[in-house]
Amino acid sequence: MTRRLSVFNVTSLVLGFAFLYLPILLLVVYSFNGSRLVTVWGGFSTQWYGALFRNEALMGAAWVTLRIGLLSASMATVLGTLAALALTRYGRFPGRTLFTGMIYAPMVMPEVITGLSLLLFFVAVDLDRGFWTVTLAHTTLTMCFVTVVVQARLATFDRSLEEAAMDLGAPPLRTFFAVTLPLIAPSIVAGFLLAFTLSLDDLVIASFNTGPGATTLPIKIYSQVRLGLSPEINAASTILIGLVTLGVISATLISKRSALRSRREA
Amino acid sequence: MKERSFTKRLAAGLVPAVPYLWLGVFFLVPFLIVFKISLSDPAVAQPPYKPIFEWSDIAGFFSALDLENFEMLTQDDLYFRATLSSVRIAAISTVLLLLVGFPVAYGMARAPERHRLILVALVILPFWTSFLIRIYAWIAILKPEGLLTQALTGIGLISEPLEILNTEWAVYIGIVYAYLPFMVLPLYATLEKMDDTLLEAALDLGSPPWRSFWTITVPLAMPGIIAGSLLCFIPAVGEFVIPDLLGGSETLMIGRQLWSEFFSNRDWPLASSVAILLLIILVVPIVIYRDVEARRMEARP
Repeated sequence: MTRRLSVFNVTSLVLGFAFLYLPILLLVVYSFNGSRLVTVWGGFSTQWYGALFRNEALMGAAWVTLRIGLLSASMATVLGTLAALALTRYGRFPGRTLFTGMIYAPMVMPEVITGLSLLLFFVAVDLDRGFWTVTLAHTTLTMCFVTVVVQARLATFDRSLEEAAMDLGAPPLRTFFAVTLPLIAPSIVAGFLLAFTLSLDDLVIASFNTGPGATTLPIKIYSQVRLGLSPEINAASTILIGLVTLGVISATLISKRSALRSRREA
Repeated sequence: MKERSFTKRLAAGLVPAVPYLWLGVFFLVPFLIVFKISLSDPAVAQPPYKPIFEWSDIAGFFSALDLENFEMLTQDDLYFRATLSSVRIAAISTVLLLLVGFPVAYGMARAPERHRLILVALVILPFWTSFLIRIYAWIAILKPEGLLTQALTGIGLISEPLEILNTEWAVYIGIVYAYLPFMVLPLYATLEKMDDTLLEAALDLGSPPWRSFWTITVPLAMPGIIAGSLLCFIPAVGEFVIPDLLGGSETLMIGRQLWSEFFSNRDWPLASSVAILLLIILVVPIVIYRDVEARRMEARP
């Protein structure tokens, strides 16, 4: 039997999604507001986008955020993929329980604790706070998310493909690069994108570990929001929302196409 | 031949060793440092704490440790109140999340199969847009002269501006809004797998819908309910951004207390003690969460 949506189901879906999307929509609409007041509509205008691009402090922060995001997401992807391989392929290695604990703990621990503990560590080893400390902190946090994403793919992986390659004489490393890696590539890309957006988004951990010259966009936005709402921040937010939406849509299309292709080949 | 297998094993050993070492250095060690500093004395210095650990003086190191910071936490009832109100706010938010999230997840699970993936993507999408920005959007809505007041006066429902921003209500709205995907997705995962024939059988046997809901749907969705609740409750207890931006100065939460202890009072040892206290509150829920997750993994076909 096909499931039918009742009036109640449709109402709860509509209300639920309206709740999720209305605030974002309002933010986008008001970024094109002609008025200086954030909640009063003063006609359509793109003046805040111009003001945003002339705002050097904000653009500088965006550039720092982007660099930290790309660098930490790349490192997190490598580390997270290795960790996922270790968890799915290495059976019981010494200290496995501690390892699993360390993978899951940063994801559930409040960010204030993670941020504080990393900062105290950097102070203890006498590392100057700035670009690198934020990057290292983000790598540590986001690699755990990459691990979970890649691990889920490896768990449902058909190992007979690897065994076939080995039987045909391919050495393990070659098998990995020719068979395993292409098959888990979509999950690695998804893991990278997740790590990247988490890094772009993070305020708390970055605030604890930042130093001179490494003000990220969330830190900048946070300090400006405390002073009051500003239409420039609306414009910056809209651009971020647009970029993320574009990224998610392309990631979905990539994985959908590769899923279609593998189904056709099967 | 033997030598080759040795290098091979060495290379293979690097796979777990590299991430292991990384987490050891950047997660475990920092964590131990927090624990240590929570037991040391505050000092007006850079860094503002002592004693600094020295291997040559292990005995002296241990004798210098004390529970002074924790005593301070018990003497000042600010921390007690902050802890209590964090747990209360997180618990109420979790109940509200269940009330909002369950109907949405249920509707998704009952939608035609070809629409379900799109609905899941729509739930995940806001999670990818900045958390800070989404909370920021609510300030413009909840302000006394904000969009909600404008809308409600527009349709003639109220005449006075609403005082929601800077109250606990704004914090509930913010938490429910920001954490909704974390509640909906686990619920959807269990509801989607539910066998419809059980509900049909109950209907055939004359059970009214509300009773089928309580005796069949809710028990079957229990793993999702527990997972979703913990997934929301745990981070909500330590939340900083939402109470800070929406809650005003009256809203006490322990994560925010840690932040101000660190950034405003610059009392690092006390901030570390607050961190340890927060962690102690969360250990039980985290252990339960891990247990629920492990069982869910095993139950998966």
